[in-house]
Amino acid sequence: MRATELVVDGVTLTAGARRLVQDVSLTARPGEVIGLVGPNGSGKSSLLRAVYRVLRPDAGRVRVDGADAWSLPVRRLARTVAAVVQEPGAGVDLTVREVVAMGRTPHKRLLDGDTAEDTALIEEALTAVDATDLADRSFDRLSGGERQRVLIARALAQQPSLLVLDEPTNHLDIRHQLDVLGTLRRLPATALVALHDLNLAASHCDRLYVLRDGRVTASGPPAEVLTPRLLAEVYGVTAEVAVHPGTGAPQVTFLPGRPRPGAPSGRARPAADAPRDEECHTLL
Amino acid sequence: MIRPAADAADTTDPAGTTDTADTADTADTADTADTADASARPAADQRRPGGEDGKDGKSGEDGKSAGRPGGRRAGRGTLTATLLVLAALLVVSATAGLAIGSVRVPPGQVWGIVTHALGAPWPEPDWSGARETIVLDVRAPRVLLAVVTGAGLAVVGTALQALLRNPLAEPYLLGVSSGASLGAVAVIVFGVSVFGPVSLSVAAFAGALGALLLVYATARTGGRITSVRLVLSGVAIASVLTAVLDLLLLTTGRGNEARTVLAWTLGGLGGVTWGTLWLPSAALLTGVGVLMTQARHLNLLLAGEEAATTMGLDVARFRARMFVLVSLVTGVLVAAAGPIGFVGLMLPHLVRLFVGGDHRRVLPTAALGGAVFLVWADIAARTVAAPMEIPVGVLTALCGGPFFLWLMRRDARRGTDRGGA
Repeated sequence: MRATELVVDGVTLTAGARRLVQDVSLTARPGEVIGLVGPNGSGKSSLLRAVYRVLRPDAGRVRVDGADAWSLPVRRLARTVAAVVQEPGAGVDLTVREVVAMGRTPHKRLLDGDTAEDTALIEEALTAVDATDLADRSFDRLSGGERQRVLIARALAQQPSLLVLDEPTNHLDIRHQLDVLGTLRRLPATALVALHDLNLAASHCDRLYVLRDGRVTASGPPAEVLTPRLLAEVYGVTAEVAVHPGTGAPQVTFLPGRPRPGAPSGRARPAADAPRDEECHTLL
Repeated sequence: MIRPAADAADTTDPAGTTDTADTADTADTADTADTADASARPAADQRRPGGEDGKDGKSGEDGKSAGRPGGRRAGRGTLTATLLVLAALLVVSATAGLAIGSVRVPPGQVWGIVTHALGAPWPEPDWSGARETIVLDVRAPRVLLAVVTGAGLAVVGTALQALLRNPLAEPYLLGVSSGASLGAVAVIVFGVSVFGPVSLSVAAFAGALGALLLVYATARTGGRITSVRLVLSGVAIASVLTAVLDLLLLTTGRGNEARTVLAWTLGGLGGVTWGTLWLPSAALLTGVGVLMTQARHLNLLLAGEEAATTMGLDVARFRARMFVLVSLVTGVLVAAAGPIGFVGLMLPHLVRLFVGGDHRRVLPTAALGGAVFLVWADIAARTVAAPMEIPVGVLTALCGGPFFLWLMRRDARRGTDRGGA
């Protein structure tokens, strides 16, 4: 697998009269794992949809290795970009292996059969998400977490150099959450991941973009972005942030009670907090 | 499976015929569905032991990777076996179709007549010219039309179920067949210059496409099609189209023609000749051929529209093209055989129980299964109330209605994620 550079340049998305995303710019350098965090309805899914070419931007560009994603043929883009989407896809009577095999489609011509290489890639993808024992089961009869892993395997079978994942850890138990994100880290491919769990985001992403009301509120390495002040402002929660002694990743602990306006509670880490202050305020 | 029906047709007692053939035919379908459902799980489970065998055979290889080809081979073997069984069944069915009728021709003689007509020097003709005419000129085109129509409708139903992402999709239920009928009848009633199969078919194609687009536009809200909306809009549009069709027939001055057309709107395979068979055959071959090349893309639609896009399918364009193709096949078949319902609903679901949901497997299997099914339905239609002929569409509806209800209940049990997709 190669790695792709993704540049989202001033993208604005609307649905009817509603503005979903406003002038968002974002860069994912080759091989980086970029986390997209923010409250419900902040525009994470919409932004991802613009990247995997389902929601056309009203303004701005999505560039994949310099090429405009929206002017590439769909099939060609699918050989570079794979996605795990939040959509209740029902595979009518398909086995898990058949679902994962779908990922090979953009690499196939009209009547191409499945080659030994395809079979190997499918098996590799299943192994990566710990789903080899599910291979012959009916996709319809899997649990939510099992389905999620299979869909990730399908995206891997596509051999993408950019992976776009919308809440890939949804429905997963903690071990499989760690496995999936660990897989993303190991892959050479660039990844853009929307995540709810801030601690997972902090420990697995190179950089984070925080979305709020369709705009980027903060961005940078997790340790710089995840501050009590930002969490109070964006999510409206009281939190403490500490550095985990083992991993070195910031660790967020949520505390009961709403933060008082203007006076973020919780223990701030001055070193990380200070430089972010300005950015947070200007954008809010 | 075949013997009871053949025996039934053998007897000269009309009451006995009715009973046996009727029950044989309906019981047949119900049986297959039931046992298939019950055996689906064990069959799926048996795959794994098959894979294990493959692993044992390939000693020295990594266990996981060797288990896989074994499993795959077993799957492919199942498909080949299913296709072979169905092909054999089709040959038997076609023979029965040629043999059974008001004049009964022994199967051996049927084969004699057929091989002779194909140019084989053997066997020596020991049959009358009348029998040869009955088999070759009366029954053969009719059996072939049953084969073509059954296969075509099953394939079209398969495609529609994927394109609309709905297990209840079928040309007849969606009003597509009604649209085709209306198109064809309009040509007859308004006496458009060129009579004949081609102008009828073109009008039926246009009608089918119009009806399909209408149902699609009505049923789709917010990018989704729910089963309820789909079936309701299909029923509503079919009702309106049928009403317009009846209106056309009742107000036309040509009383005799209206009667003939009315019979045709119930679906029937009679009256076909060698001269008119080429068009439905060509439509079927085109339909199956193109759909087979698109089987992977049909699979992608099962994953959802957004997911299909991320795997390289331009969904809107693909669907538009496939709608045209499906309408073309439906239109031509309806022009030739009238609207025959439920074949496109039942067969795809039945064959999925045996070969799974991959369209590369479902399409050829459904085509063969549909052909077998309609040949037998037509035999029943000819013999059940002999010498009266029942429109074959009436019989398929008799099987299909209950099947539809069963499918609805099954989907309700499985949860909403499939039906609502």
